[in-house]
Amino acid sequence: MQRKVVSNMKDGFARPHDEESALREWRSRRRARIVQQTLTGASPVFLLAVWELLSRTELIDSRFFPAPTSIVGTFFDMIASGEMLSHVSISLLRIAAGFLLGTVPAVMLGLMMGMYRPMKAFFSPLLMALMPIPTLALMPIIVILFGIGEGSKIVTIAGSVFFPVVINTAAGVANIDRIYIDVAKNYGASPKAFFFKIALPGALPVMMEGIQMGQAIALLTIVAAEMIGAREGIGYLIWSSYKLFLFEPMYVGLILISFFGYMFSLLLRWLKNRLVPWQ
Amino acid sequence: MHAPEAKIAIEGIAKVFYKKKQSILALQDITLRIRDGEFVTLLGPSGCGKTTLLRILAGLEKPSAGHFDVRRTDEQKPLQSMIFQENGVIPWMTVEQNVAFGLNLRKLPAKLVKERTHYYLEKTGLTPFAKLYPKELSGGMKQRVSIARAFANDPELLLMDEPFAALDEQNKFILQEELLRIWEEHRKTVVFITHSIDEAILVSDRIVLMSAHPGRIVAEKRIDLPRPRSVEQIRSDPGMAQLFVEIWNHLQREVQGARSEFKPCKG
Repeated sequence: MQRKVVSNMKDGFARPHDEESALREWRSRRRARIVQQTLTGASPVFLLAVWELLSRTELIDSRFFPAPTSIVGTFFDMIASGEMLSHVSISLLRIAAGFLLGTVPAVMLGLMMGMYRPMKAFFSPLLMALMPIPTLALMPIIVILFGIGEGSKIVTIAGSVFFPVVINTAAGVANIDRIYIDVAKNYGASPKAFFFKIALPGALPVMMEGIQMGQAIALLTIVAAEMIGAREGIGYLIWSSYKLFLFEPMYVGLILISFFGYMFSLLLRWLKNRLVPWQ
Repeated sequence: MHAPEAKIAIEGIAKVFYKKKQSILALQDITLRIRDGEFVTLLGPSGCGKTTLLRILAGLEKPSAGHFDVRRTDEQKPLQSMIFQENGVIPWMTVEQNVAFGLNLRKLPAKLVKERTHYYLEKTGLTPFAKLYPKELSGGMKQRVSIARAFANDPELLLMDEPFAALDEQNKFILQEELLRIWEEHRKTVVFITHSIDEAILVSDRIVLMSAHPGRIVAEKRIDLPRPRSVEQIRSDPGMAQLFVEIWNHLQREVQGARSEFKPCKG
């Protein structure tokens, strides 16, 4: 009886017109997917085309909204003259230095706060009080303390990266499931082993989220920090071009920010997949 | 006749928890002796403090009163290892790293760690999964990791906290038999916790029945069935059905008795 039912169903699926309909469905799904991909690819092209057209025909003011082709022209001119390299390299250097200077102590403090209650009790109110202040608002003080040179810019970035990382790291440790702590204790983990085998890896996913947040904030901060008292850098490029009414280089600066923002998030996502393969 | 010296001697252990301004007596005057190589199950309704007692033995809680001693045979061996309820497997370690966890913490030579880890991976059928992370395993497989980790650590005694409670019934039967098979090799002393009467009868040499509010030992049952045992054999043994009913009656009284204490008396 059972067999018969099964074989009937099998016959049903094997019938030629069903095979045809399955093929039809597959084709229509594939078509829908191709349409979606085309739309995704087309939207920026469409926007640029409209912009180009409006700018060329002076329907929008081409001084403020220069045609994309002329922005691209400026982009390549700046690469050729070496100007691009000097702006990009100094900005990347500041971001890298500030990012490290902010992240490393934030991770250490966050782990300590997550592991030891007195540390948390002591540092939480300080963090809560300082966190809402935008680091940029502290720039005058930072300039007084660290001078007008590279130091103040790196410290500004470090300061803005520090807070999301420290808070996420502490939360990451605090959220480690109680049972893993019991397991470690039951199997006789030393404080050092507990730190490296339980606290650090257990906090890593949430910590990485904080670092991703920090990266986004670092990029925001570098542009603003370079608008104040810098002679080079992507932020300086944007601000000085604007002040000189040179809008092509300003747009080049914006493109660079967008590009590096995307690259950094790709890099961190790759890093996260390497560091947290178990999620 | 004198009983052989106890492996575990628990003397008058009590545990009080404080919640706000209330204190709750979780365990009251627990005195128990467990022989070397004995498989003892603590059986009782939830809230009877059996998990608390096990956590005290595991060094995860301190008793409020009383003490316990474990007689050591080998100073090199860890005192005890616990098989936790579900989710005791550490997600950021591979199956192999999980099984080697206790051994690595004790800084044993790499060769010995590898040897023992592989032995228990093989025993639990986990060898093909050695390099995987726990998220890729089913519930039953994860619990095998937990079992292999505890046995590989080679402790003086094994503690098991409802290890199969979260599994479906088929997997539970399979794992119960696997656990017994692995245990038969060395017959380490085991303290096992469950609320399942069937499970207790299947695995135990002796069942210690506990009551709730406060947790006390109320009775003991010896299970003299020959080993190795199988689920089928226990199920088809009429004597065991009788035993089940006896234990059930006992527990039922305890559960209902505890419940009636909270009800107002009828006029």
